[in-house]
Amino acid sequence: MTDAGEPVLDVASLRVAFGGAEVVRGVDLMILPGECVAIVGESGSGKSVTARALLGMAGPDSRTSSERLVVAGQELGAASERTWRDVRGARAGLILQDALVSLDPLRPVGREIEDPLRIHRRMSAAERRARMLQLLADVGMPDPELAAGRRSGELSGGLRQRALIASAIALDPPLLIADEPTTALDVTVQARILALIAGIRERGTGVLLISHDLAVVGRLADRVLVMRDGEIIEQGTARKVLEDPSERYTKALIAAVPADSPRGARLSSSESGIGAAPGAAPLATSARTPPSADAAALLAIDHVTKTFPVPGGRFTAVDDVSLSLRRGETLGLVGESGSGKTTVARLALALTPPDHGAVFLDGQEWSTIDERRRRPARHRIGAIYQDPLSSFDPRWSVRRILADAADRGRRDAPAFALRELLDQVGLAASVADRRPLTLSGGQRQRVSIARALAASPDVLICDEPVSALDVTIQAQILDLLDELQRERGLALLFISHDLGVVRHMADRVAVMRAGRIVESGDAERVFVRPEHSYTAQLVADAPRLGI
Amino acid sequence: MTPGSPADRPSRVNGAALRRTGLLVAGAAFVLWAVASLTFFAIRLIPGDPAQAILGGPGSQASQEALDQVRRDYGLDQPLLVQYLAMLGRLVTGDLGTSYALKLPVADLLGAQLGGTLLLATLALALAWLLALGLAIWSTGRGRVASALGEGIEITSAALPHFWLAAVLIAVFSTGLGWLPPVATGTPSGLVLPVVTLAVPLAGFLAQVMRESLLDTMQQPFVVSARARGESALGVRLRHTIRHAALPAISLSGWALGWLLSGAVVVETIFAMPGLGRTLLQAVTLRDIPVVTGVVLLVALVYVLMTVLTDVVSRIADPRLRQEGAR
Amino acid sequence: MSELELRQTTVEASADHLPARPRGRMPRIGTLLSGAFVLFLLAASIAPALIATQDPNQIAAADAFQPPSIAHWFGTDESGRDLYSRVVAGTGTSLLIGVTATAIGLALGLVLGVLASFGGRVVDFGVNRLVEVLFAFPGLLLALLVIVVYGPGPVTATIAVGLSTAPGYARIIRGQLVSIRSSQYVEAARVLGRAPGRILAQHVLPNALIPLFVLATLGIGQAIVWAAALSYLGLGAQPPAAEWGAMLAAGRTYLATAWWMTVFPGLMIVGTTIATTVLGRAMTRRGRSGR
Repeated sequence: MTDAGEPVLDVASLRVAFGGAEVVRGVDLMILPGECVAIVGESGSGKSVTARALLGMAGPDSRTSSERLVVAGQELGAASERTWRDVRGARAGLILQDALVSLDPLRPVGREIEDPLRIHRRMSAAERRARMLQLLADVGMPDPELAAGRRSGELSGGLRQRALIASAIALDPPLLIADEPTTALDVTVQARILALIAGIRERGTGVLLISHDLAVVGRLADRVLVMRDGEIIEQGTARKVLEDPSERYTKALIAAVPADSPRGARLSSSESGIGAAPGAAPLATSARTPPSADAAALLAIDHVTKTFPVPGGRFTAVDDVSLSLRRGETLGLVGESGSGKTTVARLALALTPPDHGAVFLDGQEWSTIDERRRRPARHRIGAIYQDPLSSFDPRWSVRRILADAADRGRRDAPAFALRELLDQVGLAASVADRRPLTLSGGQRQRVSIARALAASPDVLICDEPVSALDVTIQAQILDLLDELQRERGLALLFISHDLGVVRHMADRVAVMRAGRIVESGDAERVFVRPEHSYTAQLVADAPRLGI
Repeated sequence: MTPGSPADRPSRVNGAALRRTGLLVAGAAFVLWAVASLTFFAIRLIPGDPAQAILGGPGSQASQEALDQVRRDYGLDQPLLVQYLAMLGRLVTGDLGTSYALKLPVADLLGAQLGGTLLLATLALALAWLLALGLAIWSTGRGRVASALGEGIEITSAALPHFWLAAVLIAVFSTGLGWLPPVATGTPSGLVLPVVTLAVPLAGFLAQVMRESLLDTMQQPFVVSARARGESALGVRLRHTIRHAALPAISLSGWALGWLLSGAVVVETIFAMPGLGRTLLQAVTLRDIPVVTGVVLLVALVYVLMTVLTDVVSRIADPRLRQEGAR
Repeated sequence: MSELELRQTTVEASADHLPARPRGRMPRIGTLLSGAFVLFLLAASIAPALIATQDPNQIAAADAFQPPSIAHWFGTDESGRDLYSRVVAGTGTSLLIGVTATAIGLALGLVLGVLASFGGRVVDFGVNRLVEVLFAFPGLLLALLVIVVYGPGPVTATIAVGLSTAPGYARIIRGQLVSIRSSQYVEAARVLGRAPGRILAQHVLPNALIPLFVLATLGIGQAIVWAAALSYLGLGAQPPAAEWGAMLAAGRTYLATAWWMTVFPGLMIVGTTIATTVLGRAMTRRGRSGR
């Protein structure tokens, strides 16, 4: 154990280059025992490479250099692979995202946890096993004996993440590096894992937290470093950085977090240079007028049930769900993974027929009619997916995708205003002749929105439309959807696991759990005064900015 | 998945396993029946009189009495359906009929040849696995040159036709250096060239599959986790990546054995080895229908058994498959 | 799994593991060499007289069994014929056999694959069982069965090889069609209200058929090898025909004394297979990254 005063990590001017490109450009970092320092940044900022470089694992084609690199008292600036191996696991542990793939899926988790003991300590098999079971108990694994024999795929997301943490802290390393440790987890699970890491820090371990999620960082970190293009552009105490940032980029990052921004407020700022893409129309600042409550429902899902066959019975994915969506309104549908949200989207799009109940579009039967009769009306209800790339024909250019969507399958369709459409979604005209594969994630989602708009829909079903995007890009896409809704009076069914995003977007919210709607109502009411205990739990666990 | 209490889970898994086994056996029986039927009817398409073939071909000038006698003996005067059912009936009892050319029971004839071919194929499969694993492990994670070299060796090996490779090996090691006999003599040294001939191209295929899956595995986060615990490069390979890399190659073994049996036709002929392949080729040349049918059925049986075996081994090596089966 | 599926999956996988190439679209040396070799083969098939050094059938007893030299690059055979010229002359036949067999296999595979993926559940089940049964005959065995029925000869051998590759094609094509039809872009087209016929014509068929070019490229090399094997076993083209397999069979007798009679025709087969594999990989890579 290191002295309280001696830093567990002390790095000066860390640089990592791949080929000619330098991706980490002079990072200084110091972590004291029991301190949690966070590096935040968007994808490509160099934060994960930094984390790996601190373990001598930046990659086979990389060059790492530093003026000083001391981990738990040992200088590692010019360390050999042999020396590094002694450090890894013993002096510094690493936790990665999603233990499903971060633990060997073919080996029992117990073996994975025993590995560092086997590598670094002389212990008998019985001693190792005893220590491993102790570790599993320490990280809050129910029934360690049983869990030790399970493989990562046989444990739930939260439990396997606990096992991964156990393997990283097996030797009680002074430094723990956590690279996006909670990213793929549902919010309630995420909250428990963060509490577990906080507990490890309490015991005197220094924690380096790498995350794209400012809210996660706000919960755990003492100090925050903001990274962009391989450099630390701002640092300070978590309170200072998150509440009173000095850099424009940091401000933009924080503004982009939707959780605490009121409905209708802009998330991206065009002045900062990282906001809207060129050509985006300025957004009206006037407060939005909520749709009148007595307007007829444009999309109505009426007591719909959907089951799927599983061995030994049927699995009820959607259980007696009723929703209605009015013109100009956004209905948020939140729930954790597996709650049946996506099945609701497919039912609304009439891609799958309900077992019971019916879906109505503008008062007309929608789910129960023949596909042949439905087809002419399909343009009225569009869809935006989480992964836009796979929703485009890989051979088609943006121009062809949009032209195809615009002519509604008819040859005599009106002339197609490609430029105007691209302009509306904030894309440059030069994008038209590129294929989606060569576009960035944000641009792809804009193309996806443009395609949906090209058919002039009344309703848009958005299934996790921003989950795969960085926070600033996410902000731009949310702003775009908001703006388009206002201009065109679109009705949005907005599906997301992210409470912050839904709260920002939705007029009304429905909370889904295990196929059922457990609570629904006005968005502010649901989030501020949840009536159902599950909603209350979700809201309490949702990470948000501010300490 | 519907949540079940832990207590009822094992029984459900067993039920699923039982169901799986039942399906496998039924599937195997179906394949064998279909192969037998397909072969039977395909053979009937042959122009010419089987009785003539039995009596030594069209040139034999057999008497009408002799032909009639043969037709009665072999049941060729019966309607096709009766012949078909009789064939199926005999198959169930393991009777594969009598060779036209050798006048011996086909089952005995093939039984004597099966061992040699299986030995050849098994040795070749084992050698191919060793070569492929060695090449795959050597050529990954060592930079671009090793990777390109590995790829080149794989593509070249997989492109080598058996008949040519055998000829070149004979020219070099038998007639050139005189180290090994050019024909299989029944001694271990006589087996070397045939086994190598069969193994090298197969190793090329297997190595491609293994290398790709090794590369895939080495990019997985669990490898990063393992290294971050202080695992050495060798340890990562031994404890993690090899197992993952072997999975696709294991599932290929059924195909590999079939491919080796194809190759055995060529290799046994070139090295003058007794075996199924050479017997088949002779039977094809002589149009000895019962022998051809027998070999086809036997190979189908081996293939089916191998498929079942592969499935079992894959399930042992990859617990994720067992889990899926239980769902 | 068939040999072809194996070739295809490894090609696909190798494209997945391609490191980001800063050099852009510069083809690799191997690709260039393979392309050059294929051009040579094409030229040799179309105009053998331009590439050969002499008449492939010109007998000169005095020149029998000459080892490779300036005059006879690949040496001469038992009748004193120039082996290089014979190899060139045999290119057309061998390629024709390879291309025809591949076309037969591909066409049959296409029919079976399309039937399986569009014919509804019952047809799909039936076709799958049929393909499964055909897989129980390893490649050469199926070809031999065809030869038993129709007798030996180059035409039968070609058909036999074509038939024996069909199940592999059928499985790949079915798999491709099924995965495209369940893809999200087909679903997106449905959401836009496109009719099934239009989705088929605009999305499913083009995306399924373009990879078939790669498949055919890979298949030709394989077909040439199997056809040559049949010739070598005396069941396909017969000597003195200038076909690579038949030339190898002729050289077998003189292996101990005239190695060149075996080595050079075989090298052409090996070269063709390597070239088609390398080109197939390059095409797949281009398809992945060049969009």
